[in-house]
Amino acid sequence: MALDRWIALVLLGICLAYGYAAWFTMDGNLAPFMRRTPIWPSTFPKVLSVLGIVAASCVLLGFEKATPKEADIDYRRLWEYHLGQALLLLGLMVAYALCLRPLGFLVSTAAFLILGSFILGERKWHIMIPVSLIAAGSVWYLVQEVLGIYMRPLPGFVGG
Amino acid sequence: MLEGLLIGLTTALSIQNLLMVVAGCLIGTFIGMLPGLGPMSIIAIMIPVAISMGDPSAALILLAGVYYGAIFGGSTSSILLNAPGVAGTVASSFDGYPMARQGKAGKALTIAAIASFAGGTIGALLLIVFAPALSSVALLFHSAEYFALMVVGLSAIAAFAGTGQVAKAMIMTILGLIMATVGEGALFNLPRFTMGIMDLQSGFGFITLAMAMFALPEALFLVLKPKNLQGGDDEIKDLRITGPEAKAIAPVIGRQSLQGFFIGVLPGAGATIASFLGYAVERNIAPKEEQQEFGKGSIKGLAAPETANNAACTGSFVPLLTLGIPGSGTTAILLGALIALNVTPGPRLMIDDPQIFWAVIMSMFIGNLVLLILNLPLIPYIAKILAVPRNYLIPFILFFTLMGAYIGQNNATELLLLVAFGICATALKFADYPLAPLLIGFILGGMMEDNFARSMQLYDGVAFIWERPMTLALLVIAAILVVLPSYRARRKKAREAGVAEGD
Repeated sequence: MALDRWIALVLLGICLAYGYAAWFTMDGNLAPFMRRTPIWPSTFPKVLSVLGIVAASCVLLGFEKATPKEADIDYRRLWEYHLGQALLLLGLMVAYALCLRPLGFLVSTAAFLILGSFILGERKWHIMIPVSLIAAGSVWYLVQEVLGIYMRPLPGFVGG
Repeated sequence: MLEGLLIGLTTALSIQNLLMVVAGCLIGTFIGMLPGLGPMSIIAIMIPVAISMGDPSAALILLAGVYYGAIFGGSTSSILLNAPGVAGTVASSFDGYPMARQGKAGKALTIAAIASFAGGTIGALLLIVFAPALSSVALLFHSAEYFALMVVGLSAIAAFAGTGQVAKAMIMTILGLIMATVGEGALFNLPRFTMGIMDLQSGFGFITLAMAMFALPEALFLVLKPKNLQGGDDEIKDLRITGPEAKAIAPVIGRQSLQGFFIGVLPGAGATIASFLGYAVERNIAPKEEQQEFGKGSIKGLAAPETANNAACTGSFVPLLTLGIPGSGTTAILLGALIALNVTPGPRLMIDDPQIFWAVIMSMFIGNLVLLILNLPLIPYIAKILAVPRNYLIPFILFFTLMGAYIGQNNATELLLLVAFGICATALKFADYPLAPLLIGFILGGMMEDNFARSMQLYDGVAFIWERPMTLALLVIAAILVVLPSYRARRKKAREAGVAEGD
């Protein structure tokens, strides 16, 4: 089974779960006065779940044959591309999300930019480090001072 | 209308807004040039900046400038590198790249700039004529018609997705609508589908979703398969075009401005279809000897898609500004930004906030002028950005997507959601699912349910569908739009297989 039909299967599952929630679990604790109105919080989701199940089934059962066209990236041979780099960068993004608060904006951002270009194969430290530091500093200044959104600049233990 | 134009002109000509136009055009050109980054990603990245400015006119002017700049920048990389940054400029590379190979890169860029300028300007003139007229019709619409109109818009987007894609586009649209129901809606004051997770109370963040759908997968694709950016070393010179050349492309520009604009107005069609169709039409109506030139460096073949895609970009503002219904991914993102700024586009926009409406239109003229006079002499230098090493570029793109999601919500959980959605979106992109319908569905979802609920309350049930003829007609159109492409595809397949057609 091709990837698009596997995805259709997953989407069908989502629509079924959503439909179950809309049809069977939402109306139970509805306030009595709302029961008399023609529209309930579950009305629109009920319609959507039915439509979603129909559309997902259409893709899953292959009612509509797509003309196979040359994809930009062939997912069947994903390991032939720079998959490792992509996964490491995604990991780095998760690490950034987790470190942003405890380590502060400046440290996390500079580290993110340096490690990001390191993962991509850059080794010119004398360019990477200054570029990252200047970028982190100027973005912080812009966000904090110009846009007025507070971001903790330094790690918590320094008192930033 | 004259009064409106004057209001718009004074707003658009304020120092701040002029700066916004210039900045938007420049940023858009720079980023749009990078192959793989489309206008949707760029606008998504710019939205947090626009929203935090607080002034809706300035924000919309900035984002519209970015949009034009991105399309313009996309044509530059199409012509110089045969690597279109934007789908709407793919057709420009058919003749633009051969011209550059023949050493006429300067001329090609000039033609592209003039054609874009003309397409954008004529498009804006048509917008001035058609938008107020459509607005006054739209004022007669009730919630029921609005609901039906949104259904038509969403079906059209699915229907234009191409053969074999309609069901996929449909499921993506519905998924977007489903995601819009998560969280606490204004209508019922009840949390829905939050699964008890506090962070989902306010629903999914629109910027997070926009970043995850467009910027992140595009950046990941750049990592997975590095694009070859070599070949821009030649000196770009001789930017002038001759009199006969100008005479040859003038009628092309005239025709394609009109055609592109009206294609852009249709929901789901947009700049990509307009540029391909413009190219095909001009090739078919050209004299025999000129037809041979197409694909080998014809100036008409370059002028046609360049005019059409810019006119279509302008045209796509018509449904956004008059009905509040976006017809493309890009205008959907603009709509999201406007809603975040507490402006609801629609027929009332012209009456309630004339300065926003007219300032945007006037800034289209200014933006096109800025692109022409700023970019034409600067092109040789701007093209140097194509040499920025990807090792630096990609971490910055990823960082800006993270920042966008973070600034919008000030919440680190949002960043994890961004990465998770980004991975899902990349998988969907692998499997050839269109992503724009999801975002359009997500943005329209709330409004659609509101209008649906209002009509249900007014008519005490679904009676509004048959009691209002216009609603019924619109819904029938929507049904035809969805069923027709797959029906035609099946019939074609049956005919190819030699199966007799049943009547």
